[in-house]
Amino acid sequence: MRHALAAASLVAVLVVAAPVAGFAASGNDAAVAADATPSGTAPTAATAAALATIVPLAVAEVAPGVFVHEAPFALIAPANRGDIANLGFIVGDDAVAVIDTGGSVATGAALLAAVRAHTDKPVRYVVNTHVHPDHLAGNAAFAREGAKIVGHHKLARALAARAPFYREQANRQLAPADAAQSDFLAPDIAVEGTMRLDLGGRELVLEAHPTAHTDADLSVLDVESGTWFLGDLLFAGHLPSLDGSLTGWLAEMDRLAERPVARVVPGHGPRAMAWPDALVPQRRYLARIAADVRALIAEGRSISAAAESAGLSERDAWALFDEFNPHNATAAFQELEWE
Amino acid sequence: MTATGRHLPSAALALALVAGGFSVTLFAGPAAAQEAAQPAAQEPAEATWEAIRFDVVGDTAIATGEGVVAIEAPYRAHDAAIVPIDVTAHLPQGRTVKRMTLVIDENPAPVAATFTFGEPQADMAVSTRVRINSYSWVRAIVEADDGSLYMSKRYVKASGGCSAPALKDADAALAQLGKMKVRFPEGGDKAAAATSTPIAVPSASTAADAGGAKRLKAQIMIRHPNYSGLQMNQLTQLYIPAHFVNDIEISQGGRMLLKMEGGISLSEDPTIAFDFVSNGSPVLDVKAIDTDGQVFSGAFPVDTGRS
Repeated sequence: MRHALAAASLVAVLVVAAPVAGFAASGNDAAVAADATPSGTAPTAATAAALATIVPLAVAEVAPGVFVHEAPFALIAPANRGDIANLGFIVGDDAVAVIDTGGSVATGAALLAAVRAHTDKPVRYVVNTHVHPDHLAGNAAFAREGAKIVGHHKLARALAARAPFYREQANRQLAPADAAQSDFLAPDIAVEGTMRLDLGGRELVLEAHPTAHTDADLSVLDVESGTWFLGDLLFAGHLPSLDGSLTGWLAEMDRLAERPVARVVPGHGPRAMAWPDALVPQRRYLARIAADVRALIAEGRSISAAAESAGLSERDAWALFDEFNPHNATAAFQELEWE
Repeated sequence: MTATGRHLPSAALALALVAGGFSVTLFAGPAAAQEAAQPAAQEPAEATWEAIRFDVVGDTAIATGEGVVAIEAPYRAHDAAIVPIDVTAHLPQGRTVKRMTLVIDENPAPVAATFTFGEPQADMAVSTRVRINSYSWVRAIVEADDGSLYMSKRYVKASGGCSAPALKDADAALAQLGKMKVRFPEGGDKAAAATSTPIAVPSASTAADAGGAKRLKAQIMIRHPNYSGLQMNQLTQLYIPAHFVNDIEISQGGRMLLKMEGGISLSEDPTIAFDFVSNGSPVLDVKAIDTDGQVFSGAFPVDTGRS
C-alpha cells in the first residue's frame, strides 16, 4: 500500500520538478504534464515501477524536517551496495535538498525512496560533501529526477581526475549489476566561499572549505534547526581517512569548533552529535598521527616505518583502524616530510 | 664517463615500454579491469617475467640474489600509488655495484627505473616509492662491474596504482612543481634496515671499503605529479599525457654519485634515498629532467650527520 502511494506521488513530484530540470520549456508544458495520466508518461511510470520495488533506506528525523540515514561502519562491498556513509535530506516548503547519495546508484535510489516516504516535494538539489564514491555514486538516482548537483568549486576537477579510477574500483567493490550503473556525475552548481539555497521558507548555507579531508570539502548548515552536515570533515567512531591535507584539516577543525550550532551530522558516525564535543576524538587522532609522523621523520625513519607504527596508540578507539591507519600514516608522511 | 661494456639497455628499453604500455592500456582497459576484479588466489607463476626477461636483460645469466641483494616492500600495499621499495646489496668477491634496475612485472611499463652508481662500491642501498597497477612481482636486478647479474624479488598485492590519482591537493601540487628538498636521514632507517633485511652490512667493513671515509644516506625529493600516462581526465575522456621525471643525477663536488633513468612508475613527488661514501665536498648537486624537457636543479649542503 505504501509503495503504491510512493509511486503515485512520484508522478506529482516529477511535474513540479520538470521546469527545474529543463524538461519543460514553459509553464504551459508543466500544466499539461499535470493533467497527464501516469500511463501517458512512460518514463515516469517506469521509474515509479522501479521505485516500488526498492526498500527505502532507514532515516531518522534529527530536527523538524531534517532526516539522516545513519550508515554502518564498513567498507564498500557487494552486499552493502555502498551504503556506508551517512546521508540526509532537508524538507522546505517548496522543495527538498539531499545531502550525499551513497556508494551506488542503488543506494541513491533507496535514499530517494526514503525521501518519498516522507514528502512529495521535488528534490531540487543534491549536495555532494566531497569527491569520495561512498558519498556521491548515487547522484544519478536524483539527477534523472531533475535534481541539480551542487558541489565545491574544485569538485568537478577532482572528479575528472578520479572518476575513471573510481569506476575500476567499483568493479572490484560492487556486484557487477551495481558497478555497471556507476556514473560519477559532475556538479551542475559550483560553490566558492559560501552559497545560500532556498527550499521555500528554509535556507541552507553551503560552505566550501580549504583543503582538509579532501581538496573539495563542502558543509551544509540548515539555518532553521542549526543542523550542520559536515560530510567527512567529521568522523566519529569510524577512523578518519586522510585524502587532503593533515595540517589543513587540523587548522580547519580549529575554525569549525568555534561555530555555535545545535548539532552536527558526521559523514561517518552517529546521526546527530553535540558540537564541538563531537570533534574531540578526531582532533586527538589526527594530532597523534601528525606528532608520530613528525617524530619518525626527525629520526630519519622511512615511510614504511610510519605505516607500521604511527598512531598505534589510537587503535582501540576506532572502528576500521587497520583498514585506514596505514594509508593515513603514508599520506601524512608524504605531506609532512616537506616541512 | 665510465667504461660501458655489457649493460642493461635501460633508457631505450624504458622508452619503448612506455610507448608500448600506453597503447596496450588504451585498448585493453576493460579487460584489465576485469582481471583486477578477480585477483589470483595464489601467487602467480612468473609467466610475465619469462615474457619480458629478454627485453630487460637479454641472454645474460642471472644469479640468485639470495644473500647478495635484498628487496623490501609491503606484501599488501597501503596505497597502490605510493608503495615504498627498499633495495640493499652487498656484492661478494670484490665486485662493485654498477647498476640496479627495478622491474614491476605487471605494470604497463615494467621497467620502473634504473639506477647507475658513479663510484665503485660493494654496498648499495636505494629506497624509492612506486606505483603498482596490479598484483605483481617486483624485482631488483643488480649488475656488477664485471657484468654479472643478481636478482631478488618480492610479491606485492596492489591495484590501480598507475591510474590512481595520488594528487591530494591539485593546486598545491601545481604551485610547487619542481621544488626540491634533500634530507640526510641518519641512524633510524639504517638501524631498521639492519634488523629487517637478511643482508648484514657491517659498518666496519663499509668504512674499510672506503678507506675510512664516512658513509652517508641522502634522500632526494622532487615535487612533481609524475603522471604515468594512465590517468584519464573524465571531462575530456583523454588520458593525461605521461609527464614524469625521467632523469635524476646526483653528484658531489663534480663527481657523479647516482643517476636515475626511466622513472615512469615512480610515485608522485618522486623520492630516492641512497647510501654514498662522501668524498668530502660540502655540496650535493641535484639535476632532474622531466619528459617535457623541464630541468630542475639545486645545490644542497652535505650534512655529515650527527657524529
